[in-house]
Amino acid sequence: MNATTLTKKDYKSDQDVRWCPGCGDYAILNAVQGVFAELQMDRAKTVIVSGIGCSSRFPYYMNTYGFHTIHGRAPAVATGIKLANPELDVWVVTGDGDALSIGGNHFIHALRRNVGLKVLLFNNRIYGLTKGQYSPTSLVGAVTKSSPNGAMDNPFTPVSVALGAGAAFVARTVDVFGKHLQETLRETAAVKGSAFVEILQNCNIFNDGAWMHVTDKDIKDDHVVELRAGQPLRFGKELSHGLRLRGFEVEKFQVGTEGGAEDCINWNPSTPNPGLAFAMAQLNEREMPVPLGVFRNVERANYEQSVHAQIAEARAKLGNGDLKKLLHSGDTWTVS
Amino acid sequence: MSTGQSDAKVKVEVVEEIVIRFAGDSGDGMQLTGTQFTTTSALVGNDLATFPDYPAEIRAPAGTLPGVSAFQVRFASTDIHSPGDAPDALVAMNPAALKVNLKELKKGGLIIVNEGNFGKIDLEKATYTYNPLESSDLDGFQVVRVDLNKLTREALAGLGLDTKSTLRCKNFFALGMTYWVYSRPIEPTLKWMEGQFKKRPELVEANQRALKAGYNWCDITGVFQTRFEVPPAKLTPGKYRNIMGNQATAIGLIAASRLANLQLFLGSYPITPASDVLHDLSKMKQYGVVTFQAEDEIAAVCSALGAAYAGNLAVTTTSGPGLALKGEALGLAVMTELPIVVIDVQRGGPSTGLPTKTEQADLLQAVYGRNSEAPLCVLAASSPSDCFAATVEACRIALEHMTPVILLTDGYIANGAEPWLLPEIEALKPIKTSFRTNPEGYLPYSRDPVTLARPWVKPGTPGLEHRIGGIEKADGTGNVSYDPANHEFMCRTRAEKVARIANHFPEATVKGAQSGKLLVLSWGGTYGSVAAALEHCEKQKHSVGWVHLRHLNPFPRNLGELIKRFDKVLVPELNLGQLIRMIRDQFVVHAIPFNKIQGRPFMTSEVIGAIEKELG
Ligand SMILES: Cc1ncc(C[n+]2csc(CCOP(=O)(O)OP(=O)(O)O)c2C)c(N)n1
Ligand code: SF4
Ligand SMILES: [Mg+2]
Repeated sequence: MNATTLTKKDYKSDQDVRWCPGCGDYAILNAVQGVFAELQMDRAKTVIVSGIGCSSRFPYYMNTYGFHTIHGRAPAVATGIKLANPELDVWVVTGDGDALSIGGNHFIHALRRNVGLKVLLFNNRIYGLTKGQYSPTSLVGAVTKSSPNGAMDNPFTPVSVALGAGAAFVARTVDVFGKHLQETLRETAAVKGSAFVEILQNCNIFNDGAWMHVTDKDIKDDHVVELRAGQPLRFGKELSHGLRLRGFEVEKFQVGTEGGAEDCINWNPSTPNPGLAFAMAQLNEREMPVPLGVFRNVERANYEQSVHAQIAEARAKLGNGDLKKLLHSGDTWTVS
Repeated sequence: MSTGQSDAKVKVEVVEEIVIRFAGDSGDGMQLTGTQFTTTSALVGNDLATFPDYPAEIRAPAGTLPGVSAFQVRFASTDIHSPGDAPDALVAMNPAALKVNLKELKKGGLIIVNEGNFGKIDLEKATYTYNPLESSDLDGFQVVRVDLNKLTREALAGLGLDTKSTLRCKNFFALGMTYWVYSRPIEPTLKWMEGQFKKRPELVEANQRALKAGYNWCDITGVFQTRFEVPPAKLTPGKYRNIMGNQATAIGLIAASRLANLQLFLGSYPITPASDVLHDLSKMKQYGVVTFQAEDEIAAVCSALGAAYAGNLAVTTTSGPGLALKGEALGLAVMTELPIVVIDVQRGGPSTGLPTKTEQADLLQAVYGRNSEAPLCVLAASSPSDCFAATVEACRIALEHMTPVILLTDGYIANGAEPWLLPEIEALKPIKTSFRTNPEGYLPYSRDPVTLARPWVKPGTPGLEHRIGGIEKADGTGNVSYDPANHEFMCRTRAEKVARIANHFPEATVKGAQSGKLLVLSWGGTYGSVAAALEHCEKQKHSVGWVHLRHLNPFPRNLGELIKRFDKVLVPELNLGQLIRMIRDQFVVHAIPFNKIQGRPFMTSEVIGAIEKELG
């Protein structure tokens, strides 16, 4: 190993990690540190910005630049950082409440503009830090401290919100699927514009098992479908099932008995129209498998680059701006 | 009314100053007309002050009282500070404009009124049940009735413009008349029209014709027996330009970024009366300015905070409702000790209040309006041109002391204009900023022994990776700390850091009497009205002292001592008493409030009245 090679340890800060034992956030932290080491990310040029929540403690544990901001506002702070210095690699870590409730506005606008930020949303379907109230991703009927008779609000699907906001890169992964998580992070790191990753995360204290249907070894095969570019959408033990389109609906079928393998949707996250990605994001998770992987991956004009291109253009046309000229512009006169 | 060249000798009267008000419907172009009159008067060499007063609605129903838009200009051969109380002359484009403005006109004043707009329906819209032109309402005024509609149509005949476009030129007919009456040249406006309507040559021709026709009409008809002349003012020698407060603020930000050698970042969300700063800076990209129209006020301040963290001169501009939304993020700025500048162009409130009117009622919000102990520096600009210096100072303090700074301006000075003696760029002091790059012994919350500022480190600097955030910081390391004693220490340190800013700006000075019975203590945008009142008092040989504050938190070091020299302190404010609370809180003082909260600046006479009442 050469002297400048960084190891996973080099990406760990000296602060004690303070999540509850067993929290899914540990696995995510571990995966991020691993991938950063693998990619030899420049610690000096990496900035991790977060809002407020258990998940948002993330920057304190990373030996990079970090800014733990206020509830919901991380995308706005991160946008300022990226506009001020586009050279920086800016990551946002947020929670389901942080990003979709109090910070919903900043979240959609950052994605709409396609600011070069990597947004990792730890979705545990609960407010962890405030000790267990329902969140905008909690299911109808969720019994929590603030919904003893069951939550009544229809939940957001974070991926749908991101797609609706026009996000150019949208993916979903899971805290405990180490390999998939790392693979997704690797792909995310390469994105130039906004990258949005929903990470299904278990809060073992206030919402244990929220993603059981996705993670439980015995049942997960029937409940998860992987989105892989160029691959047919197949799932179930021995890939017994497939997903096909009927009109605008995605339906599942048994391959062989109910249709041929060629009926399966061949996944393409880079179609001009995000319609199918949206349909996949909207699948009813009680009846249909939960898609994991890259929903969308298209190229769009990058916001901070456009901003600085306009400045460069103005400078090319008008020079670098002479302060004296500015002061003396308009109608002037001299009193002697 | 004769139509040929009049042979009546026109008398020319030289006067020291004139106050003229242009009033019409919001669609009549009164702001433009007033601005042209102002620019021309500036070029003639007068000192001047303006007061644009326009409705909140973009287009209130035409011809109605709420739709009246007015622009007052005072131009003088002497040094003046305010746009004047009562106008000497009123240009009224319709009955509503007459009705709204007549009561403020000086007795015997001149009224130029467009009688072409006094039909039955026009009168009804202005809620007149009679025609004021035929009534005793106008007794005691010098009234010149002109049918601007008809005369403009005649002047533009043959141009082939439709009626609507033709009538839109009538404000320039009126402007031409006022140029004649007040002996102003028409050339600057003719030239301006060429630029303004560059792409529509027919409009250049039409507007120029209207202006000339108005001017010549006065010459030909002999309606006016007197013309007035206001000689150039004896201003300090140098180069001047006419400037509005928001313009001066925008230029001030550019200047500060150059003085600090930093990229300027403005994160802003549009709000009256602050938006023009965003507009101006968006046009100045060649200066390397990044302007970001955020999705809301919170994003605006947060993006600025991010930019400050990344090493920019970071600014957010807003008005009162926006400042309310920025409160939490400002607390984060206090905690992370990052330099950001918030410019609050105050307007009438609470809530949406009076968006286009002025007020000084955000002072307490600026100084105290955050959760917990969140001290920051608060400054106020005193006049349109002073917005430049105040802005540069706000940036200087933010950067040199690593603290958020709120600069308060207001709708009155933001939109008002005055001649500005252009500063020598070379004379502007550079702003000292330095980014720490040395990793050795680096602690994010170590402090400069003099200012207590913490080091500024740009992300991207190798070896200095660190984390900051809103959770209480341990002294020195900046690590998360819940230690009780550390919290108290940090709260006191942040307060002390802001208090020490006072060691770095000049002490306050008293104008007029240096001690005695009465001190007038004012702040911010009331400067002009109070200055004019104090000049009057001086002429009357009243013994009264005056301190005008730019620094509201911290106060100048010697303020307590100055106050002690007087028996009483009169505090005039455009609110229900805010500075007075801060003064009473910090000093033992017999303070008397003088408040006005009508969305309008003080009239000089009102301030004089308050002073004289206290002098007994
Ligand atoms: C302005 C404001 N309001 C409320 C809170 C309280 N608060 C802190 S975190 C949080 C919810 C966090 O939930 P989520 O974003 O899902 O993060 P998690 O803790 O689950 O990771 C709330 C309501 C706050 N910190 N600030
Ligand atoms: S409360 Fe839940 S989300 Fe928060 S640290 Fe504990 S387990 Fe993790
Ligand atoms: Mg959560």
